[in-house]
Amino acid sequence: MEWFWAIIVGALFATAIFQLLRRNLAKLAIGLILLSNAANLLIFSSAGLTRGKPPMVPEGVETLAAGHADPLPQALILTAIVISFGVIAFFLALLRLASQRLGITDLEELKE
Amino acid sequence: MNPMLILPIVIPLITALALVLSGWNGRKAAWLALIGALAHFAVNISLLLGVVNGGIQATYLGDWSAPYGITLVADNLAAALVAVTGLMGTTVCLFGIRDNLDESCGRGFFPLFHLLLMGVTGAFLAGDIFNLYVWFEVMLIASFILLAKGGSRIELIASVKYVTMNLVSSAIFLAGIGLLYAKTGTLNMADLALKLNENPDARLVLSSGAFFLTAFGIKAAVFPVYFWLPASYHAPPTAVAAIFSGLLTKVGVYALMRTFTLIFTQDQEFVTDLLLVVAGLTMVMGVLGAVSQNDIRRILSFHIISQIGYMIMGLALMSPLAIAGAVFYLIHHIIVKTNLFLIGGIIAYHGNGSYELKRLGGLFRHQAWLAVLFLIPAMSLAGFPPLSGFFSKFVLIKAGIEAQSWWIVAVALMVSVLTLVSMSKIWNEAFWKPRAEEKGDGATPVGFWMPACILASVTLGIGLNPGPLFEFSQETAAQLLNSERYIRAVLGEVVP
Amino acid sequence: MKASYLLEIATRRLTPLLLLFSLWALLRGHNAPGGGFIGGLMAASAFGFYSISFGPTATRAYLRVDPFMLIGTGVATSLFSGLLAWFFGKPFLTGLWTKLDWAGGLKLGTPLLFDVGVYLTVIGVTVSLLLHLEED
Repeated sequence: MEWFWAIIVGALFATAIFQLLRRNLAKLAIGLILLSNAANLLIFSSAGLTRGKPPMVPEGVETLAAGHADPLPQALILTAIVISFGVIAFFLALLRLASQRLGITDLEELKE
Repeated sequence: MNPMLILPIVIPLITALALVLSGWNGRKAAWLALIGALAHFAVNISLLLGVVNGGIQATYLGDWSAPYGITLVADNLAAALVAVTGLMGTTVCLFGIRDNLDESCGRGFFPLFHLLLMGVTGAFLAGDIFNLYVWFEVMLIASFILLAKGGSRIELIASVKYVTMNLVSSAIFLAGIGLLYAKTGTLNMADLALKLNENPDARLVLSSGAFFLTAFGIKAAVFPVYFWLPASYHAPPTAVAAIFSGLLTKVGVYALMRTFTLIFTQDQEFVTDLLLVVAGLTMVMGVLGAVSQNDIRRILSFHIISQIGYMIMGLALMSPLAIAGAVFYLIHHIIVKTNLFLIGGIIAYHGNGSYELKRLGGLFRHQAWLAVLFLIPAMSLAGFPPLSGFFSKFVLIKAGIEAQSWWIVAVALMVSVLTLVSMSKIWNEAFWKPRAEEKGDGATPVGFWMPACILASVTLGIGLNPGPLFEFSQETAAQLLNSERYIRAVLGEVVP
Repeated sequence: MKASYLLEIATRRLTPLLLLFSLWALLRGHNAPGGGFIGGLMAASAFGFYSISFGPTATRAYLRVDPFMLIGTGVATSLFSGLLAWFFGKPFLTGLWTKLDWAGGLKLGTPLLFDVGVYLTVIGVTVSLLLHLEED
């Protein structure tokens, strides 16, 4: 299944960079959201995907079953998702201020 | 277990929390913030002394030993930078008091300032690549809000550019972490170094190294990804710009030094050749940008870039002397640059709040002491003996000659001359040139000149007696180039 | 603009349920799926529903405390749970556990306190973001 995720991550990165290079501020925000999601998915699939073997110790057993999923990437992307969620929410508030107070919607208008 | 490593991170957090929860504003908040900054500085100095006397220190959060848990490590480089961060925190906090006494505009400055200090300190002490990412983000989120807080047009435009660039760099950093973890299954920097040394896979090292180089390069503002810096550093109030200019890009430089001396040590020739070209171009582009500007803060912003080039040059030459020069430069530069931004703020205070060189002038007549105060960091930046900048440049150029990279030596010397040109331009325009309207004869508030004097005397002190800092830098370079000590300090007896 | 009656009535019923559910998610964390972050998001979604139906001003009144104070209290709680380990000579953030025999062997520990802090912080951050984006 990793090949599938590799394609998805690649497509996300490509779309994100395409959106980043456009002139509209809203598309810039979409590009950034896609970019952070792409990076998160990359970490998620980085340790290899394991199906149906959660890294949890079942009741009555002392150790994990062999070949369980690696829990660390999930913890990492949880952190990364939280951070990108906060930053992107801030960025959206910033863009809203920029468009409402300054009337800026196009990147050309950011020139001084 | 060592609380000395945790206190530098916890104290700014406690200060920020106390400021938020007490709901204080104005004078009381300022005193609380200053006391917090002083406590931070004191703890950082004692951490530095501990590291100098007792070698590299490490601690494991939650008793989860390395490489599994979160590790904090302080070697010479990290401890020195943390100590300088404490000094910057104290002086800039002092400078910020007067600007932020006003309740409406000052609200939130001090808590965010301390969160920024926490992020910077955490990034220096992180012993784990993902933890480094988290501290970067703490620092960045605080800096985003500090930059945008004023809400004026210039600040909002600067924030959009700054946030976009930093989000892109964070995503690239994260992708690099993902690739590295996929191949090695570890995130602890010492463990990574060990695993990559045992099993060098050139393609892996190159691919994730490229991600890290790009991500940290954006944060350190090196060629060709420096353009966000002059587009944003001229916008915020003086205290914010000063702490940004001193610390934020230097965290990027620190991360480059750490990862490229510890983790990505294979195929070093390719990386160092690339870094050397990057360093030369960064210096030239930065200084040319500065020469073409007519606003004090923009000139100083472009000079950050050209000075970053010198540090990267030291890293790229990769000899003990060059790394020592880079470390010396890093410490000297943080102090000098912050001071220049603070003095720029004082100049604008006497010039009706304007940073435009055309509208300034005649300050020498009324504020001769300020002209002298400006000359100390300015000449140090240009590399005049006997100031701190001279010795750092001297060491770097000597290292360049030893490595026989003549062109980088030529570039460094030329950039130094151009730095002098643009510094004397500020001096001529702001102090010497007569001014149409007679202004600028008021007294300077104590909260303005005191931090600038403290930093200038540190610069002078380093310049007049560079021996101890140079010896310390050499010791640091030896530590960085011989990563075995670092690995042993973190992983303990695991190392054979 | 007034939201629909359906939404209003549903929100009135759903908000307490969501808050209760978020507490359950918070408490069952650590050994089972759940925890402070997820619980906090659930609670924040309850306030989010509330602000969609009744507007941000009513939500502030419903929340009673300033979301910024929630953030501060939450971070302070988490920090305290980490510092507690110092008093027992353990490294920062070490989990300390007590077993209450009179409560049927209930295990309480600093990770729970940490999670409570996370819970409060997440509610504070998310609600202040939502309210900020809704208000002008």
